[in-house]
Amino acid sequence: MSGLVPARLGPRDVVRTGLAGLRTRPARAALSALGVAIGIATMVAVIGISSSSKEDLLRRLDRLGTNLLTAKPGSTLFGDQAELPETAPEMVRRIGPVTGVGATGEVDATVRRTDRIPVEVTQGIAVQAASPDLLATLGTGTASGRWLNAATERYPGMVLGSEAARRLGVDAAGGRVFAGGRWFVVLGVLRPAELAPEIDRSALVGWDAAERYLGFDGHPTTIYERSTDASVNDVRDVLARTVSPEHPEEVEVARPSDALRAKAEAAGAFAGLLLGLGAVALLVGGVGVANTMVVSVLERRREIGLRRSLGATRGQVRTQFLAESLLLSASGGAAGAVLGAAVTAGFAAAKGWPPVLPAWAPAGALGATLLIGTVAGLYPAVRAARLSPTVALAAV
Amino acid sequence: MRFGDGAAGDAIVELAAVTKKYGSVAALRGVDLLIGTGEMVAIVGPSGSGKSTLLHMIGTLDRPTAGRVRVAGHDVAGLSDRELSALRARHIGFVFQQFHLAPGVSALDNVADGLLYSGAGLKERRKRAREALERVGLGGRAGHRPHQLSGGEQQRVAVARAVAGGPDLLLADEPTGNLDTAAGSGVLALLDELHRAGTTVAIITHDLDVAARAPRRVRVRDGLVVADERAGAVGR
Repeated sequence: MSGLVPARLGPRDVVRTGLAGLRTRPARAALSALGVAIGIATMVAVIGISSSSKEDLLRRLDRLGTNLLTAKPGSTLFGDQAELPETAPEMVRRIGPVTGVGATGEVDATVRRTDRIPVEVTQGIAVQAASPDLLATLGTGTASGRWLNAATERYPGMVLGSEAARRLGVDAAGGRVFAGGRWFVVLGVLRPAELAPEIDRSALVGWDAAERYLGFDGHPTTIYERSTDASVNDVRDVLARTVSPEHPEEVEVARPSDALRAKAEAAGAFAGLLLGLGAVALLVGGVGVANTMVVSVLERRREIGLRRSLGATRGQVRTQFLAESLLLSASGGAAGAVLGAAVTAGFAAAKGWPPVLPAWAPAGALGATLLIGTVAGLYPAVRAARLSPTVALAAV
Repeated sequence: MRFGDGAAGDAIVELAAVTKKYGSVAALRGVDLLIGTGEMVAIVGPSGSGKSTLLHMIGTLDRPTAGRVRVAGHDVAGLSDRELSALRARHIGFVFQQFHLAPGVSALDNVADGLLYSGAGLKERRKRAREALERVGLGGRAGHRPHQLSGGEQQRVAVARAVAGGPDLLLADEPTGNLDTAAGSGVLALLDELHRAGTTVAIITHDLDVAARAPRRVRVRDGLVVADERAGAVGR
């Protein structure tokens, strides 16, 4: 045995050697780290924004509740529009766990701003008869004016959904609108009903007033029902038979919150494509790091020769360049993760979402940059280590 | 022991019939050379004479095609690349014509980084670097970066880096090649001083005036040692 054993470099000295190259060319290092940073920032931001959007939808779902069911008439066996019995709301109210029932019935009329506007102009606004407890069942309220009460539901007054009010140019309660050949007082304007967007586009009239002034036939076309959370599925099972005992197959039962839930789940799926884009950006960044490292090894052959003459082993030269590559991509990755988190926070704040970034996103980003750094640095590092000391020292 | 000469016991470098071929071109054609501990030798020859290859052999940066190279008691042929690296780290200090200082790094850290592969910790490396800078007369310039130093000062820093680890052999490859006469003789005076303090010094040069200052001159031409003169034997 010769007794000649090369000294081991401690982790701090490895980092020191890895930083040596970055310190002498900071602009180049920053630019190639930027490539990785952009890729990581994109991926982190995509994950963060879709998570925040999902969290917002789930919180809204929590607030709105998932215990609202609707029943609507479907088609008869012969393909005609089915009718719900007039007694349906009362029957639903008698189901044990049901806590609230509201109903609307479509009226064959249009609502217009004045009598000068032709009768066929609907502006997409439906005129509907509404039962008094509709508002409480939907869990919304009025933005202005009042909801129908026992008195006003008999008289020609209307409560407008938020969107209907906007389209009619009505800002607040108090004005008049024209429907079914006569003027109606605007009693109130509703706040948006998130679980029942069709209400937003409706002009609502009391049940009796609809029958008296607008030729309403008294058949409900949508029944809204709330029950305790635990019994939603049980209620769902009996709802069609309760609404229409003779033709339960003609009743369509739906859960409006399902649409929101589907949206929340889709938020993740949409992110897949953008995540792929981020991965491509990251890959390009990795190629940038590899390119920088190859150039760096070529330029620094004399330094490599010097280090070999000072006693660096091939392994230590390899470790130095690998460390440089890792530091380069890790610094880019760290900057990218911070940037991605900042973009997430900014975007969420602008949208009014709760900012959410799952912990696995930055952790995954770190893992990805370490992988990129290793892959990008391996070839240049091996080339640097293979360089013979005499050739390296003779380099111009 | 294949090296039967009487001087082998305290020789730091022993070359026996060393040949080095690059393809079919022979850079060295059977060189025998002994450098004893504490000697100061100038290896002198025109460009293309094979003196750079000889430096690589002595510095264990390359292996001979044939013949034996022994440095600090180790037969180079029997050592792995790792062991050769350790040998260089422990026993040899290099000074190059182009200084090879890291730009943007202080003189102190340039010297301290030379000790990186000796296994010393950062504090110890800096302490020894400071001492080495004192020895070359640059104690007051430890914080200066290479571009703030003159050529002669930069080469002094390089010398400090080479001697900071207390090597058995200081190998200087054209140490004055990039310097004007005044700065060059300053560096040579420093090497003289280190030699008098006990360091073994080998200077590779094409400059006869530089060689003339050394007590022993080995002349190389066409891959062979053509003369080995001691001080006093041939005056110039």
